[in-house]
Amino acid sequence: MRILLDKFSKSFGSTKVIEDMDLEVGSGEMLALLGPSGCGKSTTLFAVCGIHRPTAGRILFGDRDVTNLPSQERNVGVVFQSYALYPHMTVEENIGFPLMVKRVAAADIKKQVADIAALVHIEDLLGRRPAQLSGGQQQRVALARALIRRPDVLLLDEPLANLDAKLRLEMRSEIRRLQKETGITAILVTHDQVEAMSMCDRIAIMKSGEIVQIATPSQMYNDPRTSFVASFLGNPPISLLKGKAEQGAFVLGENGLRLPLAALSGIPDGTALSLGVRPEHFGTAGGVPVEGRVVFAETQGRENLYDVVLPDGSVLRSIQPVRDDVKPGDSVRWNLDSASTFVFAEDGQRL
Amino acid sequence: MAEKPQTSANFSSVPVILLLGLFSLPLLVMYAYLFIDTISDTEVGSLIPSEFTLRHWSFLWETKTGKPNIWLVTLNTFIFASCITGVILTVSSMAGYVLSRLNVPARGFFLAGVMVLHAFPSVTLIIAIFIVLQWIGLYNSLIGVILVKAAIDLPLGIWLMKGFYDTVPWEIEMAGTVDGASRFTVWRRLVLPQIKPAMMALGLFSFLTGWSEFILPQVLAPGAKVQVLSVYLASLIIDDNNFDFGTFKAVGVFYVVPVLILYVFFQKHLMNIYGGGTKG
Repeated sequence: MRILLDKFSKSFGSTKVIEDMDLEVGSGEMLALLGPSGCGKSTTLFAVCGIHRPTAGRILFGDRDVTNLPSQERNVGVVFQSYALYPHMTVEENIGFPLMVKRVAAADIKKQVADIAALVHIEDLLGRRPAQLSGGQQQRVALARALIRRPDVLLLDEPLANLDAKLRLEMRSEIRRLQKETGITAILVTHDQVEAMSMCDRIAIMKSGEIVQIATPSQMYNDPRTSFVASFLGNPPISLLKGKAEQGAFVLGENGLRLPLAALSGIPDGTALSLGVRPEHFGTAGGVPVEGRVVFAETQGRENLYDVVLPDGSVLRSIQPVRDDVKPGDSVRWNLDSASTFVFAEDGQRL
Repeated sequence: MAEKPQTSANFSSVPVILLLGLFSLPLLVMYAYLFIDTISDTEVGSLIPSEFTLRHWSFLWETKTGKPNIWLVTLNTFIFASCITGVILTVSSMAGYVLSRLNVPARGFFLAGVMVLHAFPSVTLIIAIFIVLQWIGLYNSLIGVILVKAAIDLPLGIWLMKGFYDTVPWEIEMAGTVDGASRFTVWRRLVLPQIKPAMMALGLFSFLTGWSEFILPQVLAPGAKVQVLSVYLASLIIDDNNFDFGTFKAVGVFYVVPVLILYVFFQKHLMNIYGGGTKG
């Protein structure tokens, strides 16, 4: 079911968290709300599920205006960061609780719980209590409980934050599989760009209560609208160099690097700019040679990560297939792929 | 939560135990004689009992002249303590939730009010309460004194319950409401079970204070039909005509036995009241 936020605003007392936000999530789509902590992504999520009432604006599920409906009448499933399983109930009672409050017959509940438990692979755990489960199992129980009512919308609030790295990888694909199998519309709140990019159809990146950009993961990675978006996506992160415009070229420091860029035609000389270079675009391939000194090297098994300090003190990151010939302290002359760089104005807007 | 003291390897615990034992000895002797005196007669001036007797316990099977039947008194005490427990548990489990979670008008005022009432010495009210009870016709009735005692103990209960509710994670309630449960169902089915240890502790605590309450029943319900054990016990020692120290002690032992039994079975729960955890 389609979700639409129309001029949605939320303030707590005099603190405005979100103002005039418009957001549409298509039916069956999985959308990530990505942003640093305190940007209002969880507030948005809680408004969608009805725990917070919007200060202004409307929330629509399909064509139904749910703005003033309490949570109980909204038919949403929520997975909380802490899972919020009911500690005094068994797994079976936990999953069946949404049906129990709807007064579904006990035999029916049992059958539906068994079905959904099979879907999330926890058939053997139905008799246990949440305290007797591992993090990943609790996660699955929380998912099953959220899905059993066949909600219109599935909301996930940082669902992987409390899992260890290996489980996180497993649950990432698991949640995506469930979402696709059930065809449910889902919103994922996360501060982890890897989760957002790997699990979702589209990403809405938020900063201080505003959506900065909405796009598919690859669009957003290759065509960020602001330096904030560019630096939020990608691991290792993008390097930003501060420089100036000079005759259609980006110039770094005095007599430093000079990069002619198409995006800079018509920009007056002396305008302060920053240049974003992703680590994979600085290395052995590429057209513009850059000299610098390696100050940091880290091996990640398949690839090596280097920090290179340029003569003016700014740092470029480079990621390359493993090689043994470069050590910290070495001077290098590597190439920069100028076509893949991004230029941002001083206020962060992409040029 | 009171942790068990770790046995420290740095020093031996034997001297400490000896010292504490020495200090506790007078208490132990007193308790021992409390019991020994009830089943024996002792020559005046002697410490060694001279003969075994059960006559001090005769109050159990024969009603003394001018005194109510002991079993009626015990029943009264039981009703008194149980009703107080019931009222306190019911009211404070709800009021505590409201003060902890709901956005009610004048919440701050009620919180402060509960605190002040808790600190208020209730004895100062006793004359006013006496007049009120007599006026509405509840003087010398169990219901009257139950209501008064419960009302006086409620602030503590409400405050304690509020503290326990504060420790229940909000997410459980959020999950409950998005699962479709009404606020009342959320409270009843999801939140209340989380503070069951606290309810247990508060219930025991209320029962024990009710069991040992003296001044309120003494003033507000002294009549023979509604007497409780503490008042009965006091009437024995006030009675100068048939002064019987042995019976007084026997009634005392009889009075304290239920408390001891409760402690033996439930002391773990009672400790919870100071802990505030909801780990169970």
